[in-house]
Amino acid sequence: MQAPMPQQSTEITSPQALNVAIPAEAKLSGESASKLSATSLVFHYGAFKALHGISMQVYANRVTAFIGPSGCGKSTFLRTLNRMNETIRHSRVEGEILLDGENIFNLDVSEVRRRVGMVFQKSNPFPKSIFENIAYGPRINGYENRAALRDRVEQSLRRAALWDEVKDKLQQSAYSLSGGQQQRLCIARALAVNPEVLLLDEPCSALDPIATAKIEDLIFQLKNSCTIVIVTHNMQQAARVADFTGFFLMGKLIEFDNTTKIFKNPSMRETEDYVTGRFG
Amino acid sequence: MARRKMSLHLMRRKTVNAVMLSLTGLCTFIATGTLLYILGYLFVHGGKNLSWDFFTKLPAPVGEAGGGMANAILGSAKLLLLATAIGVPIGFLGGVYLAEFGGNTFAYLVRYVTDLLNGVPSIVIGIFAYTLIVLPQGHFSTMAGGLALSIMMIPIAIRSSEEFLRAVPLALREGAMALGASKSKAILTVVIPAAKNGIMTGIMLNLARVAGETAPLIFTSLGNRFWSPGWEQPTASLPVMIYTYALGPYEDWHQQAWAAGFVLLALVLAVNIVARLMLSRQAHVIR
Repeated sequence: MQAPMPQQSTEITSPQALNVAIPAEAKLSGESASKLSATSLVFHYGAFKALHGISMQVYANRVTAFIGPSGCGKSTFLRTLNRMNETIRHSRVEGEILLDGENIFNLDVSEVRRRVGMVFQKSNPFPKSIFENIAYGPRINGYENRAALRDRVEQSLRRAALWDEVKDKLQQSAYSLSGGQQQRLCIARALAVNPEVLLLDEPCSALDPIATAKIEDLIFQLKNSCTIVIVTHNMQQAARVADFTGFFLMGKLIEFDNTTKIFKNPSMRETEDYVTGRFG
Repeated sequence: MARRKMSLHLMRRKTVNAVMLSLTGLCTFIATGTLLYILGYLFVHGGKNLSWDFFTKLPAPVGEAGGGMANAILGSAKLLLLATAIGVPIGFLGGVYLAEFGGNTFAYLVRYVTDLLNGVPSIVIGIFAYTLIVLPQGHFSTMAGGLALSIMMIPIAIRSSEEFLRAVPLALREGAMALGASKSKAILTVVIPAAKNGIMTGIMLNLARVAGETAPLIFTSLGNRFWSPGWEQPTASLPVMIYTYALGPYEDWHQQAWAAGFVLLALVLAVNIVARLMLSRQAHVIR
């Protein structure tokens, strides 16, 4: 089964898409310039083929969601977008991923990861103070000036809607924060290096509905300044936050389209079975 | 009938339970009791012979009363300092390599060899250092003693550093690398700081363990009734002093040996307690 290319759709159905200019050559409603473009991406863990030739676009300043059952390859694909999978022994990748037209496999890996930030499923603050957590990224990327660093920390915490909650305890351990705050801290930490793309790997799976709502609000605000890709097990979440949704099954991208189309009128039988809960 | 059978079965279970519970309790009592007995015995015999002189004066000439073991205390401190300065960096960096960079087969091999080295009797390490340093140099020295102790420290330093580094969650390494840190940078700035308390604890426990080693020192630093300036002369040390004085024919030597044993044990216990406290703080860091 080949991954189908995006389907034709002229209706503007996504509410977030209404207030943006659509390029003339757009195929999907709300489509913008391509930020990341994967072509025939194949990924092996040792002898196991986890991704069977994924081709798709991630559009700039849009939220793209990946859904699918466990083990379908959506997280694996997400982790190839910033080359995090390369840290796994005996893994092998084929195909190409263009970031603004440049193949990420030809770029320096540190540069790729700085430009394509990542937030993980379980919040993973460093055992350092709140300030040091945020300052970590800028520091290792050669940002040393103390005043500038302080500004960068404040700006990142504000962007992650965490500043008001932590501004009086920046020197306290990051572990003193609640689970939801820790996850927003990790988002702030990723934002501190000004990434162009932010990858979110099931960022709310360990959070309660209130903390989840805060993160979703955040995603909404962040897409003005960066491109967001989110992996989620929660289909309502995909429907709420994403402009585009890709459905993965057994290492293949079955369907990629406007989120509304995926959930209301999918083209593929497998997608329909999954989103209607008949399977998965 | 069924009821009766049931209660018999129940009684048997209760009896077995009571017997086993008493047995485990007794064994626990023997284990902790031994330590308490040693502690108490040393406290009674060593404590009463302990005086300010013990910490400040040189051993008295044979036949004279009084005197202390100031030179042995300083000697032990110098030996341990030297052992730490040599053994800990080698062990720590070896541990970093094993935990972070060693391939599967090679790391397995190194771990196996390290465990073997850890099992080498201390007296054999003493002979080794004797052959390697004392014989070619022609004299016993603090240097040789420190080196022998450092060889004893290396395997434990490697394994404890490795264990604590491995205990740092993968998520922290990934977090650092996702921000653009190279693997080495992530290890240096996130993994090692996260494991720092644990590694320090390992070093202290290691130090406490070799502080009481006697056999390797008999072959290397020998002993000295006077001060031992520098690193090139034989030096007194607490364990060897205990050995010599306890076997000596004089009653006041025995008293001094008890006092030395008490001081050594108190130091080792103090180091242990501090190390455990540090480790319990580490537990908050690593979830």
